Amino acid sequence: MANVIVMTSGKGGVGKTTSSAAFGTGLALKGLKTCIIDFDVGLRNLDLIMGCERRVVFDFINVIHGEARLNQALIKDKRVENLFILPTSQTRDKDALTTAGVERVLEELKKEFDFIICDSPAGIERGALMALYFADDAIIVANPEVSSVRDSDRILGVLQAKSYRAEHGLAPVREHLLITRYDPKRVERGEMLRVDDVLEILSIPLLGVIPESPAVLRASNVGMPVVLDEDSNAGLAYADAVARFLGDSVEHRFLKPDRKGLFNRLLRRTA
Amino acid sequence: MNILEFFRTSKRPTFAATAKERLQILLAHERADRNGPDFLPQLQRELLEVVKRYLAIDDDKVAVRLQRESGCSLLEVNVELPLSAATPAHRPARAGA
Repeated sequence: MANVIVMTSGKGGVGKTTSSAAFGTGLALKGLKTCIIDFDVGLRNLDLIMGCERRVVFDFINVIHGEARLNQALIKDKRVENLFILPTSQTRDKDALTTAGVERVLEELKKEFDFIICDSPAGIERGALMALYFADDAIIVANPEVSSVRDSDRILGVLQAKSYRAEHGLAPVREHLLITRYDPKRVERGEMLRVDDVLEILSIPLLGVIPESPAVLRASNVGMPVVLDEDSNAGLAYADAVARFLGDSVEHRFLKPDRKGLFNRLLRRTA
Repeated sequence: MNILEFFRTSKRPTFAATAKERLQILLAHERADRNGPDFLPQLQRELLEVVKRYLAIDDDKVAVRLQRESGCSLLEVNVELPLSAATPAHRPARAGA
């Protein structure tokens, strides 16, 4: 049975779409058939981050409203086997997402896929509620920063009260914390919340810590999920998070400042 | 900066420690509100209306909280009166008026 994962945060700009793209690609690289759905109706961006923006013909909303079949809207990734993207509409608004419609599309996807990642919009309005409603797992994306941590706590409350699982008395949605844009140098200087601080406040299991990295912008510029950049710390950290999600015990890395020796500095390894 | 100031500033909590403390206090409040039953805001509004019929108080001076402890629940109603409110603001309205 397929697993529905919501990538959510409450706050905007913390890296939900970057993480959905990287995490979904990471799952597909493990040989698991994965579909990433963009729930940000009216502000679609997953297609751009995945580099398939020119291949969008039909979208998620068309499928919900019966204007296209699912197979016409799904875009197969050209780099990674087993990876598909379901883009959203750029012209409609969030009211186009109906509970019954979303459920029907997810049920159809579940027959074919191992993992379905719902890339949530920011906020706690309809789009975000629909993205998390049918989730089995939730990955909470948070920056080590006060407003992001507060909003993460808020969205955890929403998950525990308003998801399908909560409303039907089923086992609760499994929660995982993904800390992004972590800067060990600033943590060491006492300028940024430490991983342990965020964990103590939110008290949910830690899935991964993605270090602040120039590779993320480089990857989005060219429409490549950052996990495919195997020379980057951020890409490796996403790959680790995927392995942990699948049950491997992988030690967290990149939590300490990189003390580069002269030799490494001369080699100019990318961060 | 003289040497004394240097030592004094070094004892201040770090920015991160301040952030953590602020979040812990804030979230403790927000979580308590979140777990409250849905009728509390309505109860608070209605209590305020009734109190205002008799006393001149500000809208934020009635606080209602529900605390759950093992075995019992405690409904705590706090009405904060200004010193001048000890005398009635106006004659009590007749019931139903």
